[in-house]
Amino acid sequence: MTARFSFGADEHIFVEVSEDMSLEAFFTSLSMTNAVRDANIPGITEICPANASFQIKFNPDQIHPDDLMTELKRLEQTAQQAEPVLNTRIIEIPVLYQDPWTHETLMRFRERHQDPDSTDIEYAARINGYDTVADFIEAHSGAPWFVSMVGFVSGLPFLYQMVDRDRQIQVPKYLRPRTDTPKLTVGYGGCFSCIYSVRGAGGYQMFGITPMPIYDPEQKIGYLQDFMVFFRPGDIVKWKPIDRAEYDDCVAQVEAGTYQPRIREVVFSLDEFNSDIDATNARLMEALNAD
Amino acid sequence: MPINVKSAGFATSIQDLGRPGYYHLGIPIGGAMDRFALRCANILVGNDEGAAGLECAFMGPELEFETDCVIAVTGAELPPKLDGEVQPTWTALPVKAGQVLTFDYLRAGARAYIAISGGIDVPEALGSRSTYAIGALGGIEGRPVQNGDALPIGKPATATAGRTIPDSLRRSIEAPAELRVVPGLYWHRITDTSGDRFFDETWKVAPEADRMGYRFAGGSPLDFVEREAPFGAGSDPSNITDACYPYGSIQVPSGAEPIILHRDAVSGGGYFMLGTVISADMDLIGQLPPNAEARFVRVNMQTALAARQQRADRLNAVRALFA
Repeated sequence: MTARFSFGADEHIFVEVSEDMSLEAFFTSLSMTNAVRDANIPGITEICPANASFQIKFNPDQIHPDDLMTELKRLEQTAQQAEPVLNTRIIEIPVLYQDPWTHETLMRFRERHQDPDSTDIEYAARINGYDTVADFIEAHSGAPWFVSMVGFVSGLPFLYQMVDRDRQIQVPKYLRPRTDTPKLTVGYGGCFSCIYSVRGAGGYQMFGITPMPIYDPEQKIGYLQDFMVFFRPGDIVKWKPIDRAEYDDCVAQVEAGTYQPRIREVVFSLDEFNSDIDATNARLMEALNAD
Repeated sequence: MPINVKSAGFATSIQDLGRPGYYHLGIPIGGAMDRFALRCANILVGNDEGAAGLECAFMGPELEFETDCVIAVTGAELPPKLDGEVQPTWTALPVKAGQVLTFDYLRAGARAYIAISGGIDVPEALGSRSTYAIGALGGIEGRPVQNGDALPIGKPATATAGRTIPDSLRRSIEAPAELRVVPGLYWHRITDTSGDRFFDETWKVAPEADRMGYRFAGGSPLDFVEREAPFGAGSDPSNITDACYPYGSIQVPSGAEPIILHRDAVSGGGYFMLGTVISADMDLIGQLPPNAEARFVRVNMQTALAARQQRADRLNAVRALFA
């Protein structure tokens, strides 16, 4: 993989590792951003890893753009030697699929959708070859997901499905973005799932909602007291389908301050994953479900 | 002693110079859209340049002062009035406790900045008082200013009434406004003819123009270079595998209407970008009202850095006036 470098005017350098999404591209981007961070180059103000690319923001009064470009290209070689292994965590996220709130919203924006006569999840199930929505939910929640980017707004995670490429779900975005999306909607666009951290505009298809807040600017929620944003790139997520009663129970626990997400520390190796996806996922699930 | 907001105006928010360092989590730098104007207002009233003031879009608020202080209004030409009497912009104005500040109608520009000696002293969130409404962060409870708010004011430093910034150091806004752009990022996605046309045509600021981004209309749709859609990008020719967006980057969803991301930018997404507005012209965008005409001017890095230096020189000239 040879990265493509481009200036974003006088304050940014944009680096595209690959046009296509893959975990290899993510790991290359991650190791390059780690190499940049470790290099402590004066003038760099932000380092933003993304799915298959990354971006550096810098102050050109402190480092000439051409000098920084040369330095970044040099670091590309260092990064290629990094081993694609992560000490990370796996998190169980409860999801109420086909919930009333995203349903109300998707009905309001039907004229912006490819298929105004079905719901988002019915459409996604059909174009991905699933006979029923239940089969589709089983596919969406069956294997774990890899957080390959955090961003858009306020800690929103982009999640990449950890299955063979021919089993990956793909869904187009809305024809025109909605002006409203409920907070904590579980969405889908391209090959990515996401969780909308706050209410607002959005173009991803809406499948359900999680009761678990992932952004808390007031930092009152127990597991968000250390930092207001829950996700970081490299996190692994397992969706857990829940029913309305479980959803209400989770919401009550969040409000009472007693909700604790199930989180376990794991090691993820890309080489292990590529050699046997099912065995790697089984090991991750075992770690998640261990007490 | 606070300042009472009798009427908030249209989109008035507390802003400083922003919160760098969290863009990788989708929390943008935020802060005044017109940095030069906020710095000047603070210099006029004797504050640190990065003190929090009010950013007022298109119309001003009505404020009642409970304490003596010095204020200054810069940026857009939005004439302030004290107890009904019109006052100059870009000038330090003494205010007595009990006086009421209102505004005449907008003459030019889009956003006025009000600095108050001592600065607005709301708590910092992630190192800044700037209001990021989408993420409910900063300002007062994470939201724009509302009728009935009481703005807490910090301790003023020095008395500065009478300071004024001469016309020659204020930025004038020409029509059409010229926004200088370094082509790049995903520029290769559009045809050469399309790229040339983008720079030749005159555009207009569309109604969807706010702190997150400025949309432009009136130019021709772009033609894309044929390709096989990359895995994960989406099928539209304007889609990319979701990536980071630079501040000032110009995305064109479906090739139709360009959007320039500004201080409250979304940090990433799945639309190609054809280039980036240079840092020296970001302030100017914040002064374009809807329907304002604008042209995009193709420049290289050397021009971008020279323009950045000119902008710094002008700020230094303002600083030197009162040093």
